Amino acid sequence: MKDTTLVVAGMATLAAGTYAFRLSGQALRARISFPPRATRLLEAAAVILLAALVATTALTQGHGFSGFARPAGVLVGGVLAWRKASFLVVVIAAAAVAAGLRLLGIR
Amino acid sequence: MLTYAVLVDVGLTCLAVFFIGLSYGAVAVASGFPLWVPAAQSLLVLAGASEFLFIGIVAAGGNPIAAALAGMLVNARHLPYGLALPPGVTGRGWRRLLGTHVMNDESVVFGLAQPDLPGERAAYWACGLGVLACWPGGAVLGALIGSAVHDTNAFGLDAMFPAVILALIVKDLRDPRTRRAALAGAGIALASALVLPAGLPVLLALAAVLLLVRSPAPEAAR
Repeated sequence: MKDTTLVVAGMATLAAGTYAFRLSGQALRARISFPPRATRLLEAAAVILLAALVATTALTQGHGFSGFARPAGVLVGGVLAWRKASFLVVVIAAAAVAAGLRLLGIR
Repeated sequence: MLTYAVLVDVGLTCLAVFFIGLSYGAVAVASGFPLWVPAAQSLLVLAGASEFLFIGIVAAGGNPIAAALAGMLVNARHLPYGLALPPGVTGRGWRRLLGTHVMNDESVVFGLAQPDLPGERAAYWACGLGVLACWPGGAVLGALIGSAVHDTNAFGLDAMFPAVILALIVKDLRDPRTRRAALAGAGIALASALVLPAGLPVLLALAAVLLLVRSPAPEAAR
């Protein structure tokens, strides 16, 4: 770790900024009332953000492709989740598939 | 107020978060950070994706402030979370300070899934406090054993995080309209990830909300 002061400043910025986001959504909601349709749109917006997070963390590494093992693990986890497997089964299966493929030489 | 089934789900979720915390702590130490970095970060930021991102960017030689801003972009989703939560779920008075801090992907999902306000509040807090214990706990333990495990990817730990989030949203993806928009958003994020700095592609995916604005669901479908 090169510059401790700068890293601490970055950590503090991220912590404070994240707390501000957590607070401001609630504060806004108390001031303005939302029609049910707008609320549903907001919930859908959160799902879209998370789906995008899944896609990028599963398939990319930097600006490139992450390799096959990781998305394969995530895919198996996703199929299990769709079939209503328990949370822990999903997570362990995802890790096991990715690790198994790498063991076989598939990156 | 909470059914046994919900409690079991919350418990398993927290256990999964603990495992991801293990991988996070291990990855952080393997990237050259001292133990206190993942420890403090996991407790004070308490938002996994942004912390992985921060560690990744700084370890790759990026500026920590830029890494923090990228992390904030990822965490901007907490604003719509706060809008979506019914008032009172995060608590009142001083409790709300803590109730706001434990707002995360998991606690919001469990909170919103309950049928009434007492249930929503109980599920939100149970999951929020569970994650507050398990995420930093996992991160510290992971950092401690991180020096022993050199290649965390060999154990597939990197596949855990996207799998967890996918499992969290799979219930919403059963709705065809939401699924279409989510797939479109994922496509936008993937395409832009090729060129844009980390963090931005996920936010750009929000453009897919337009798909839902343009084709309103029939009210009878509710």
